[in-house]
Amino acid sequence: MSAILEVENLRVEIPLATGTLVPVRGISFSVQRGETLCIVGESGCGKSLTSLSIMNLLPKRAKRTANRLLLGGADLQGMDERAMSDVRGNRMAMIFQEPMTSLNPAYTIGNQLEEAFLRHRKASRREARERAVFLLEKVGISAAASRLGQYPHQLSGGLRQRVMIAMALMCGPELIIADEPTTALDVTIQAQILHLLATLQRELQMGVMLITHDLGIVARVADRVAVMYAGEIVESGTVHEVFSRPLHPYTQGLLRCIPVPGKTRRGSHLGSIPGVVPALFGEPTQCNFANRCEYATPACTAAPVPLTPLSEGRAYRCILPVETCIANQARAVAA
Amino acid sequence: MLAYSLKRLLLAALVVLTVSGITFIMTNAAIDPAKAIAGANATIEDIEALRRSFGFDRPLVIQYLDWLGNALTGNFGESYRLRTPVAELLLDRLPVTMTLGGCALLFALSLSIPLGVVAALKPNSPVDRLALSLSVLGQALPTFWFALMMIILFGIVLRWLPISGSGSWAHFVMPSIALGYYATPAFMRLTRAGMIEVLASDYIRTARAKGLRPATVLFKHALRNAVIPVVSLAAVQFGFMLGGSVVIETIFALHGVGFLAWESISRSDIPVVQAIVLLISLFYIFLTLLADLLNAYLDPRIRVG
Repeated sequence: MSAILEVENLRVEIPLATGTLVPVRGISFSVQRGETLCIVGESGCGKSLTSLSIMNLLPKRAKRTANRLLLGGADLQGMDERAMSDVRGNRMAMIFQEPMTSLNPAYTIGNQLEEAFLRHRKASRREARERAVFLLEKVGISAAASRLGQYPHQLSGGLRQRVMIAMALMCGPELIIADEPTTALDVTIQAQILHLLATLQRELQMGVMLITHDLGIVARVADRVAVMYAGEIVESGTVHEVFSRPLHPYTQGLLRCIPVPGKTRRGSHLGSIPGVVPALFGEPTQCNFANRCEYATPACTAAPVPLTPLSEGRAYRCILPVETCIANQARAVAA
Repeated sequence: MLAYSLKRLLLAALVVLTVSGITFIMTNAAIDPAKAIAGANATIEDIEALRRSFGFDRPLVIQYLDWLGNALTGNFGESYRLRTPVAELLLDRLPVTMTLGGCALLFALSLSIPLGVVAALKPNSPVDRLALSLSVLGQALPTFWFALMMIILFGIVLRWLPISGSGSWAHFVMPSIALGYYATPAFMRLTRAGMIEVLASDYIRTARAKGLRPATVLFKHALRNAVIPVVSLAAVQFGFMLGGSVVIETIFALHGVGFLAWESISRSDIPVVQAIVLLISLFYIFLTLLADLLNAYLDPRIRVG
C-alpha cells in the first residue's frame, strides 16, 4: 500500500481582533490507497477545517501551514490557485454535508455533473454525458439518462447526495474527502449512502477520508480512525484497536456514549462527557481535555501533552501509561 | 406554466380595467371637458351646447362604457387641442419614449451590475465604498436637478451634447443618463447583496471543489443566481422610467409620450391624458407580468414544479 495523502503537522490559523484562533493545531495523518480513514470528533474540534484545508478551500482569512502536505507524492503547498484548481475535482474530490444546498438550483444535474468532467478532461459533451449516466447508474439512481435534465429541487435529499457522490467520481479521483456526508439524511438513507461509498471505494481503490461525529459510522466503514479533540489528534489506530482498546479518556468517554444492544441495561444512563471544548486561542499550555477529564491530575495542567506513538499508526495523547488507561476503561465499563 | 401565465393574464386584464375606470372618473372630476373644449372665452350657453353635443351630459358610467367600448377597438377619441386621433398621436410619440426608457435601463444595468459584483467580491474595500457613495448620491439627487446640472456642464460649458430635441442619438445621451442614474442604486445594491449571499452558499463551495475556473464560478454559478431578483426589478423599474420620462422629456424637450402627457395635462386635453395613463399602466402591467415570467424562466424552482 502507498499513501495517497500525507499530512504532517497541519495547522490552520485564523487571525481575529481578539487574538489568533488556532482551530487545527499541528495534526499528522495519512490515507492509503484503498483505505478509509475516519476523523472523529465533536462539533468545533476542527475536523471540517482540516478537510477544507486539504482542498485549499478555507475561508479567505484562514491561514494554512504544514510541514508536509502531499497528494500522491505531489506537494499541495507549492501549488498556486491555478494548479490547485487542476487538482480539485480531478485527483481529489469532496462530498459535503448538505446535499440540499450543495447543488446549484439554477442548473440541471446533468449540466453540473458534466462540467466537472469537461473542466478536467479533453472530452466532448457527449462523452461527458455518457460518463454522467454511467456514474448515476453506478450510485444507484434509476432512469439515469432522464435524471440528467432534472433540477436539484426535484430530487430528494438521498438522491441529491448520490448525485454529489457521482459528481465527485466524475474524474476518477484518487482521494475522496467526505465531510459528514450522511448527517443531513434519514437513518435508512444514511446506511445506503455509506454502503455505496464503501462499495465504490473497494471497486475503484480510492483513498477515502471520512469526517464524522458518529462512531456508529466509524465502526461500519473505517479502516483506521483518528480521534480529534480541540484541534489535535488525541488518539489514532485501526478501527479494531481504537474500539476494543480505547486509550485516551476522551475516546473512552465517546465510546461509552453509544448504547450497545444486549449490554446496555434498559433505563440505565448513557455516558456523557461534561463540559465544553475549550476556546482555541494561542498555543496550548496544558492538556486540552484536562478540564473535562475524570482522571486529571495537576501534572495534566502543567504542560502540553505530546502525542505518544505506540506502533505504526497507533498513538495517543495522554500522560497516563497505557496500562493505566486500559485499567481505567475496564473499571468504567464494569461500573 | 401555461395555466400560470393564463391566470396572470386574467389578473392583468382586471387591473387594466380598474385603472381605466379610476382614471376616467378622476379626469372628469378634475376637469370639465365641455369647458376645456370651449376655451376661456366661451359663454355658458356655448358650453352647455357643447356638453349636449359631445354627450357629456349623460351619466358618467354610460360615458365610461362608451369610451371603453371605443378604446377596445383602438379608438381613443380625438385630442381636443390638436384635433387628431389620440391613437395616432401616441403611436407617433411612443418610439422616442421607448428608446429613452431602453437606453436608460441599459445604462443603469451596465453601470450597476459590474459595480455590484465588484463591491460584493471585496466588501468594505475602497471599491465597495465608492459604489456605496455613488448609490447614496443617486438616490439623494432629484432627477430634474441632476438633469439640469448635466445640461449646464455638458451642454453649455463643454458643449459636447445637444440640450434639447430628439433628432439624433446624441439627443438621447443625457436624458438616458439622467433617467437611468436614478435606478442605478437599487440595481447595484440588489446585485451586491445577492452576490454576497450567493458567494457564501454551499453550491459555490461545490463549484470551487470541482476545480472550476474562478470566472466560471463567478459568472455561471454565482451571477446567474444573484441577478434573478435584479431582472424582475429591472422590468418594474422600466415602468417607473416610463413614468419618470414625463419629467425628463419635459426638461430635454424630447417629443415623447412623457412630454405629450405634460402638454396635455397643462391644457386639459382629457382624451390624451386618459389614453396615456391607460398606456403607461398597460405597460406597467405587461412589465410586471414579464418580470414574473422572466423570474420563472431564470429560476427552475418556479418553472419546474
